Amino acid sequence: MYLPSTENPAKIGFVHKVTVTPDDVKKIAKLANLKLQKDEVDLFAGQFTETVDMINRLNEINTSDVPATYQVTGLTNISRDDVIDLTRILPQEVALREAKLTSHGFFVVPRVIDTDETESVI
Amino acid sequence: MKQLHELTIKEVHEGYRSKSFSCVDLVKHFLSRIEKYNPKLNVFLALNPNAIAQAAAIDKEIAEKGIDRELLGIPMAIKDNFLTIGISTTASSHILEGYMPQYESSVTSKLLAAGAIFLGKTNMDSFAHGSSTETSDFGPTHNPWNPDKLPGGSSGGSAAAVSAQLATAALGSETAGSIRQPAAWCGVTGFKPTYGRAGRYGCIAMASSTDSPGPIAKTVADAALVAKVISGQDPFDATTSPAPVENYPTFLNNKDLKGVKIGMVKEYLLTDMRDDVKKLILDAAEKFRSLGAIVEEVSLMDPKYAIGVYTVVQRSEVSSNLARFDGIRFGHTRDSFCEETKRRIMLGTYTLSSGYYDAYYKKAQAVRTKMIDQFAEIFKTYDAVIGAVSPGPALSLGATKNQPMFGEMEDILVEQSSVAGLTSAGVPCGFVDGLPIGLQITCDQFQESKALMIADCYQRNTDFQQFPDIDKTL
Repeated sequence: MYLPSTENPAKIGFVHKVTVTPDDVKKIAKLANLKLQKDEVDLFAGQFTETVDMINRLNEINTSDVPATYQVTGLTNISRDDVIDLTRILPQEVALREAKLTSHGFFVVPRVIDTDETESVI
Repeated sequence: MKQLHELTIKEVHEGYRSKSFSCVDLVKHFLSRIEKYNPKLNVFLALNPNAIAQAAAIDKEIAEKGIDRELLGIPMAIKDNFLTIGISTTASSHILEGYMPQYESSVTSKLLAAGAIFLGKTNMDSFAHGSSTETSDFGPTHNPWNPDKLPGGSSGGSAAAVSAQLATAALGSETAGSIRQPAAWCGVTGFKPTYGRAGRYGCIAMASSTDSPGPIAKTVADAALVAKVISGQDPFDATTSPAPVENYPTFLNNKDLKGVKIGMVKEYLLTDMRDDVKKLILDAAEKFRSLGAIVEEVSLMDPKYAIGVYTVVQRSEVSSNLARFDGIRFGHTRDSFCEETKRRIMLGTYTLSSGYYDAYYKKAQAVRTKMIDQFAEIFKTYDAVIGAVSPGPALSLGATKNQPMFGEMEDILVEQSSVAGLTSAGVPCGFVDGLPIGLQITCDQFQESKALMIADCYQRNTDFQQFPDIDKTL
């Protein structure tokens, strides 16, 4: 039933042995808004290479013509009436309560434009 | 005569009715046990400062109206990823240290409405990222059967709370094994409802497409009652099912399993699994036969593929869900994430990133479809499938060190049912090396009553649901 894939792995984006480099890890860290120590960069590069190798086993399973599942119970397009429901809304002072920096009833957020993009936004 | 901490939910209610003890007595009893044993077990991260006052109010209610709520006066331990007003909630992560929730989770709201009393919040793998409770930023929980062993995870604190009898019942959550596996390692009953059966609102998200709140309890009967209370469509969670919730406890107490067809999953008897663990599963199959069920071997996809599917789906969803932790509206900065959390966010960011989405995420979701189709085929003929929950008994503290895929390997036998969104009961089925082993009884989506009925019949006809004498083990 689970024959090795007849698809050309390269065609669907797979390569059998992927090496995740420290530079890849640094790029991912930036996308994920995480600061990593040098030893973490090297650690993750090695570990991700192993993990991706394991994930690539999925390539042994032919999934041509098999749709992807994103929701398992089959519910679609759940909506509610577009009316204000006060039980869904936190009072402003409660919403702000856990924030470290507030001003005039608003959250204070760090500047994200006109900053050196190599700096963390936080 | 049983001591107060040994009582099931039904027995607690009988005690209240007969005025053998009060709710305040029971809560004080548990709090004194927690004070005594928690320093050794590290089960509770925070206690409810109002528990005794709430118990006093419940005693008054019982005196005036009797017991007319399903969990009235039942002391519970709550996993620390459920938001609880008035009790700090951290998901065992420094990033949320000191966080006081601004709203109550849907399932804890339902437990409170049913009259439960929360004793406190239980330790877990940080953000539920693990199967050991060892990735907690607040230290590991110890297994009550042997404090040198891990309790499993991620709901390790909740499972240990029930096993050490520091609460009458507990709430956990499962993404792939996080209820069943710690319940198995601690030797108690765990129940994972179908995905979408209980609301996720206010449950700190891990993998949104599989997260499922559920009970950990002393017996299947107790788990069935708690599961019933927390289930149902949640207006705050659009993925919950509108299907009516069956009255699970009424499906229990079958005298046998005549007419029930059970599939024993061949691939779940892993080639490298210990023979004594395999034997317990084969013994369980024999027990089902002796109770009148038909048990036959069935075949599923090699569970090694479930590791790949689960890793991609879960890491991807983690990277998305944990993007909200920015330290602006609540919590601390992203520097406070532990290594395991960073590792998961990072890998998920990678699998979702441009150029890799189709190769990893979409591919994993397609294999997921194949797994779902296989289960659907099996459930045309069989009522349930069975297998071990975990390949072996609890591992020692420190076992997760340098094992970035620890959880995935330990949960290899429960990942398929989780990514398929099925319901599954986990019950103890014997011991090896003095440590409990768990059996999973997995049914099709929304067949909670059936899974509970089969698990209950098995449990009442075996004597594996035991509790360690923690005065000796600790």
